[in-house]
Amino acid sequence: MYFLVQLINGLQIGSIYALIALGYTMVYGIIKLINFAHGDIMMVGAYLALLLLNNGIPIIPAMLISMAGCAIFGIIIERLAYKPLRKSSRLSALITAIGVSLLLQNAAMLVFGSAARTFPDLTKGMPSFQLGSNSVNILTVISIVLAIVVMIALQLFVTRSKAGTAMRAVSEDTDAAELMGINVNTTISMTFAIGSGLAAFAAILFCMAYPQVTPYMGAMPGIKAFIAAVLGGIGVIPGAMIGGFILGVIEALTKAYIPSGYSALSDAVVFAILIIVLLVKPSGLLGRPQREKV
Amino acid sequence: MKKSSSRVFKTYVLNIVIIAAIFIALQLMITNGVFNSYTSGLVVQIFINMILTLSLNVATGFLGELCLGHAGFMAIGAYTTALLTINSGLPVMIMFPLGLIAGMIISGIIGFLVGVPALRLKGDYLAIITLAFGEMISILLRTFKFTGGALGLNGIPRVTSFAYSYWCFIISLVLIITFMFSRHGRAILSIREDEIASEATGVNTFKYKMIAFVMSAMFAGLAGGLFAHFQGNLAPEKFNYNYSIDIMVMVVFGGMGSVSGSIVSAIILTLLPELLRGFSEFRMLVYAIMLIVLMIFRPEGMFGRKEVTYRVFRRFLKRNKQNKPVS
Repeated sequence: MYFLVQLINGLQIGSIYALIALGYTMVYGIIKLINFAHGDIMMVGAYLALLLLNNGIPIIPAMLISMAGCAIFGIIIERLAYKPLRKSSRLSALITAIGVSLLLQNAAMLVFGSAARTFPDLTKGMPSFQLGSNSVNILTVISIVLAIVVMIALQLFVTRSKAGTAMRAVSEDTDAAELMGINVNTTISMTFAIGSGLAAFAAILFCMAYPQVTPYMGAMPGIKAFIAAVLGGIGVIPGAMIGGFILGVIEALTKAYIPSGYSALSDAVVFAILIIVLLVKPSGLLGRPQREKV
Repeated sequence: MKKSSSRVFKTYVLNIVIIAAIFIALQLMITNGVFNSYTSGLVVQIFINMILTLSLNVATGFLGELCLGHAGFMAIGAYTTALLTINSGLPVMIMFPLGLIAGMIISGIIGFLVGVPALRLKGDYLAIITLAFGEMISILLRTFKFTGGALGLNGIPRVTSFAYSYWCFIISLVLIITFMFSRHGRAILSIREDEIASEATGVNTFKYKMIAFVMSAMFAGLAGGLFAHFQGNLAPEKFNYNYSIDIMVMVVFGGMGSVSGSIVSAIILTLLPELLRGFSEFRMLVYAIMLIVLMIFRPEGMFGRKEVTYRVFRRFLKRNKQNKPVS
């Protein structure tokens, strides 16, 4: 039973990683940039939701507004910071992304202060069920299901809709897509918007599990979600989902079964997984190996 | 031939004279109390940061690989040296230089072990793997008992004097410059320019990447050892991702691949936060904006890949002579 509870915990945190990883993977697929600021966009989403909730707006509208806000925010970041660098070296773009991440963290610290703020406890008043000696709140299950629904919707959007096809075309070959009459700039903006919106959604799920909002809260989930994206194969959308769930479950289980006092080591385990994946199959679980052409 | 060798000889003499003159001038200022203890501490810090910036520049500027775990290598050097001086029982003055060398060696070995998997990958992946490594080091330092856990190490003898930091810097500078402008250094530069082409011309790319990476780790370890004995205590949180970024900013600001750029930017970016003390909460914000603006408008940094050499001065003097009106 203990194992089952930990498995559910793992799926919950895994669904959050998967949602963030989707943003990484989509952006990487389309402009070949690791968006280091992605975890911090999640942080912005959490603060937005917190402000809305504190002003008495119910959770569902607050969630939608914060997702829309983050989507716009993502587009602005792309236009201001990444677009001027689209033709320059990968290294410059990567350093810019680090800069944006630092900027968001420190701006948030100036605006909201460095002290942690508590997120309203949404599990209160929700029914919970017993699994052995542990109780599991129904909200945990709802958040996992909700995350899966969103991921299926995204997958359908990318594979079935015209805009999704355009997105895949741009990530396959930007120049050829442009020749086919696809507006590349709009498509890239749309990718950022979707990714950032998903990050805001993940932020709210994250705050349900760990009800604290700090300016640095995005850094660690951001890195782990990136690891999830690499694990599943970066640039592959189903890969990010699977990678996120695998990573979440592994993390929850190591945290549960490692002797207490060494619990910080579960993060080290996650990083070790990254190193092993990169060594054994750098293209990830679902990725296709790419040959470098001269 | 003879003329050029005499010119080389002259340059060597000039270098030694300048190095000694700067040392004597600064040392006199410190012993005569022109610099108070705060300012002389700042001078030591500048030299430590110069070593750090130079060392990262080897991996990022010359080799062209983004390394985001540099603080991790520094931490290894710092903890190795500090643990040795605290626990060895030998007099500090004997143990400290030995400890610095040991710190460099251990950092180098860890650099090698990280490099084996990391250098098989390119670009973004290398950045992420070094980031993961840096975080892992920080976690392990917090977990182990012998590194003092989350409390860190205290009571490290504070023996990093100005002279130590200065001569360590000079040694690092000379080693890095002579290596980078040698045949091996050019091999590393060729990897930065085009890895496939350099492999095709017979450069053993993995070997040279590894050499640059290990060198970078070793000098970071040296800087760490000096830092530990300058501060007198070590906290594992100090060596986190943000610190790696701090070093990165210094390299990028000075110019990736420019030794003189690294030196100048280490001086400016060590002094700047001290001058802006009242606005310390804005420091990282300013750094962030600086990084973005720099990358958009001047991605090559202050100096680009240029160096300040005697030739620049000579040309400058010549130009001034020509411009003088003939009366």
